Amino acid sequence: MRVAGKGLLDRSRSVPFRFDGVRYAGLEGDTLASALLANGVKLVGRSFKYHRPRGILTAGSEEPNALVTIGRGGRRAPNTRATVQEIYEGLEARSQNAWPSLKYDLLGLNDLAAPFLGAGFYYKTFMWPKAFWEKLYEPAIRRAAGLGALSGVPDADRYERAYAFCDLLVIGAGPAGLMAALVAGRAGADVILADEEARMGGRLLAETHTIEGRPGHEWAAEVLDELAAMENVRLMARTTVAGAYDQGTFAALERVGHHRARAEGLPLECFWRIVAKRSVLAAGALERPVAFPDNDRPGIMTAGAVRAYLNRWGVSPGRAVSVFANNDDAHRTARDLVRAGVDVVAVIDSREDAPGSDLFEVHRGAQVVGSVGRLALEAITLRSPAGEARVDTDCLAMSGGWNPSVHLSCHMNARPVWRDDIAAFVPTPGAVPGMIAAGACNGTFATLACLREGAGAARGALEALGMTAPKVDLPAAEEEACRIAPLWAVAGKGRAWLDFQNDVTVKDVKQAAAENYRSVEHMKRYTTQGMATDQGKSSNVSALAVLADATGRAIPETGTTTFRPPYSPIAIAALGAGGQGKGFAPERFTTSHRASVERGAPMIEAGLWYRPGYFPAPGEKTWRQSCDREVSMVREAVGVCDVSTLGKIDIQGPDAGEFLDFVYSNTFSTLKVGRVRYGLMLREDGTVMDDGTTARLGDTHYLMTTTTAAAGEVMRHLDFVSQGLRPELDVRFTSVTEQWAQFAVAGPKSRDLLNGLLDDPLADGDWPFMACGPVKVLGAEGRLFRISFSGEHAYELAVPARFGDSLFRALVARAEGVGGGAYGMEALNVLRIEKGLITHAEIHGRVTAFDAGMGRMVSAKKDCIGKTLSQRPGLLDPERERLVGLKPVGAVKLITAGGHLFEKDAAPVRENDQGYVTSAAYSPTLGHMVALGFLRRGPERRGEVVKMVDHLRGVETLCEVVDPVFFDPKGGRVRG
Amino acid sequence: MAELVAKSPCDGVLPLEIGSVAAREEDLGVITALLPYRAQGAALSERLKAAHGMAFPSPNRATGKAGARAIWAGREQALLLGPAPDPGLADHAALSDQSDAWTAVRLEGEAAEAVLARLVPVDLRGSVFKRGHTVRSQVAHMAGSVTRVGERAFLILVFRSMAATLVHDLKTAMEAVAARG
Repeated sequence: MRVAGKGLLDRSRSVPFRFDGVRYAGLEGDTLASALLANGVKLVGRSFKYHRPRGILTAGSEEPNALVTIGRGGRRAPNTRATVQEIYEGLEARSQNAWPSLKYDLLGLNDLAAPFLGAGFYYKTFMWPKAFWEKLYEPAIRRAAGLGALSGVPDADRYERAYAFCDLLVIGAGPAGLMAALVAGRAGADVILADEEARMGGRLLAETHTIEGRPGHEWAAEVLDELAAMENVRLMARTTVAGAYDQGTFAALERVGHHRARAEGLPLECFWRIVAKRSVLAAGALERPVAFPDNDRPGIMTAGAVRAYLNRWGVSPGRAVSVFANNDDAHRTARDLVRAGVDVVAVIDSREDAPGSDLFEVHRGAQVVGSVGRLALEAITLRSPAGEARVDTDCLAMSGGWNPSVHLSCHMNARPVWRDDIAAFVPTPGAVPGMIAAGACNGTFATLACLREGAGAARGALEALGMTAPKVDLPAAEEEACRIAPLWAVAGKGRAWLDFQNDVTVKDVKQAAAENYRSVEHMKRYTTQGMATDQGKSSNVSALAVLADATGRAIPETGTTTFRPPYSPIAIAALGAGGQGKGFAPERFTTSHRASVERGAPMIEAGLWYRPGYFPAPGEKTWRQSCDREVSMVREAVGVCDVSTLGKIDIQGPDAGEFLDFVYSNTFSTLKVGRVRYGLMLREDGTVMDDGTTARLGDTHYLMTTTTAAAGEVMRHLDFVSQGLRPELDVRFTSVTEQWAQFAVAGPKSRDLLNGLLDDPLADGDWPFMACGPVKVLGAEGRLFRISFSGEHAYELAVPARFGDSLFRALVARAEGVGGGAYGMEALNVLRIEKGLITHAEIHGRVTAFDAGMGRMVSAKKDCIGKTLSQRPGLLDPERERLVGLKPVGAVKLITAGGHLFEKDAAPVRENDQGYVTSAAYSPTLGHMVALGFLRRGPERRGEVVKMVDHLRGVETLCEVVDPVFFDPKGGRVRG
Repeated sequence: MAELVAKSPCDGVLPLEIGSVAAREEDLGVITALLPYRAQGAALSERLKAAHGMAFPSPNRATGKAGARAIWAGREQALLLGPAPDPGLADHAALSDQSDAWTAVRLEGEAAEAVLARLVPVDLRGSVFKRGHTVRSQVAHMAGSVTRVGERAFLILVFRSMAATLVHDLKTAMEAVAARG
């Protein structure tokens, strides 16, 4: 219920929303949790394992109980904390893990079976039979125990990633963080102040503390106004700093769109990488519950949360509130409630020396030992020196003290240190380089001390940055010392819950200890304590205290488990932001892309490039029809193919020739200007790295081409050789792949076609095979290379890329005029297999020049990379699998790439494997399939019939071993 | 005889204006990669000054101004943007014509820095990355070059073939920034 005169919300701004289909109204600024409590809704979810009715425990991101699902379809977000989710008009939230409804949950039966379902139950029970685990037990258990479910459809929301840099990152905008940001901001430092809440101010919004005699939230608002006006300060609300990493890098998640109706283009979340020279950790503290029997009923909350709901949101979670605590701080809850006119029925303090009050009754040395109420709290059982008594109450505010939020300080593997005086862990100074902890997260709870530490941390950071701290007066504020006497668990009948989200009790932890899981890490895994989505924020310290007690050790000796990022859950969608759809990888388009698509060519991805597979002509129904036509077209007329994707590297310098002799296995220093040579490049280990042609454009000027896929690898290799192996050579090179649009013009009519485009037609004998030089094509400066990847009389014509689209269209139009046309990757592949030319299907990383039948290309006259190791006896063994051609000779005519080769009568098993097929295609020129492959002693076995077996596709074909050059072995056509 | 028709890399996909930020294709004129030969760096720089009015840029810096600019482009490498290179430069460096190799986009506006913060993992704050500063870095998934050419203006270069991806990524980031209001 709302409490008159309380809260920082505008009462005139009503916001309608739905929970489990029921329409409610909240106020602008409400979280789903505060709005539900204002509407008297206490039951919000069912617990993970026992399906216990659960309500709202906290008022922050640590909430273990109140998890709901927001939205529908591809926009469904499960496991959203009601304490974090802000309401907006149209918000639709649903409860989770309950069937058929939240109030009547069938699997609530699990709770009755609880005596059998304790820690280790699954491990002990479902061990046998082994096969049942995966098929039966696990699916059944997972169905019963669970949180929200994913929608199963692609996420319809947009996510974003971003980078930020600053001098000082301040994590948390409570009194310490605000003060730190103010001091650093006034000093002129670049400051990022990040806070996970929608409204900055931290506990100043939740308490009735005063600063300079005015309400704390007013001071916070003033400071925030000043910070917002500073150019050098960036305020990041709704931003959770989730992880601390090396070199001042932090991960942070910003909730950009969760608090409003969807807007076009607006991401739901932004995943930030923030790099800060220094950081101030002012993350505050989290209150811990007390483990007493049945402490999990809806209506039992942390005392600080009750205060937050009252003071910030103007809501009292109950009409007759009781308080159970072991510290002075929680007495404020009772005080604030009474002053707001809410009935406080009892304050139960476990300490004999608890302070008294004239506003409410204090039971000293007393404990709460039980509670009743099926779907909401009705009463508690109070045990005091005077005996046990029932106290009727609909809300119990409990406090076992506060745990400083040390998490980020531990992300680089430091452990926190225990302080007896506050019964809590605090960060180890210097645990994260450049980070200073201040305020409650450092174990400093009084407001004035928080302000002082915040200012001090900023001064420390400024000094390290070499900046001068301005004089900033510390505002007057309360300075109460926090008194506490540890109380972790209350003895009594019934289950006392530690981990509300994973349903772990005091008994479970004790059982782990009894079964010798004494290490805190083992206890965690055995009981699953701290392994839920809240990572045990409200249970870890209590659980290890119970473990310490059960094993007779001190708390610091027992130690903590490892704190790992992220601080609170981050959707995978946010981590992978930008990677959906077109964001997955860049697309590289050739200049002929548009023209190819216009012609209906389907695209094949080659690395990042998109290349046309084939160009369907009217009436063609399959790719084979198009491919066969294109092959015949090249053999009989002329074809045009975009080959711009091949890597092109411009190599210049007085030592360019010597450099090429070193990286290529064959010699280039002797190549004449105006000529092209095929080259083979070896890796250091002697296997083939890449092949391609290199042209000599001038005395000290070469142009190397690489295969499409290996362009980057070759460039990197050249850089390594130049910088690392032969720095004395004066040679420079750069990629010009993107500068030139290059087209193969292949076929008997290729010269005629070119002569229609070149300003100076080619005369007979001017351009022999492997000649190159500058040309003018339709007015543009181009380069012409007489090279062939098809075995035909062919050229490659290059022009600056701006003319690519225009030239491609002109070439294709003219080719079509003489019975030719464009051809794609499929036809290109068939043409080169017919001709026995290799690609990376053959030079796949295990093949040597010797294997490929190019042993003589490793020059004997000079050294080159890979030469020595290529001459290891094992690499020159005639028994090796070596390149052959294959053609079908039996009833089955199909050869498939990937098939393995066996002797004709041998069983097709691994031990008899003799080789494999690397490339295969139907040759329209020859009327049968042709294939390339590697076969033991291959070249010596020409004429022999072997058996190809493709075990995957179930193909078995008898093949004759032939020369890999199927078509025009003498090369008359290419030179003609 | 018909002449070949020139097309720019961003033909048909730019300009783009979303919120306070505009992206438009920049015609840089002639682009030449300058790669000084061994021990020729100083001589090249002198020649460059004499011929085109700017020094050879040191790492992460750009020299000259709009119309005739040299931007550092990698180890002992710079791109001369604008003028046709003085032939004398070839005495000291390998020159390679790159006029058609790059997609060049000028990103300008109030929130240009915010847009780039979503694409480039480098500190581009005005206090750190000033006019005349350049960096070779990631632009989303692409290897690119980013140069500050004005108080709120950047020159972005990526491979010509990736023009469509650059425009897609810029558009996505510009929309997200604009939608935050």
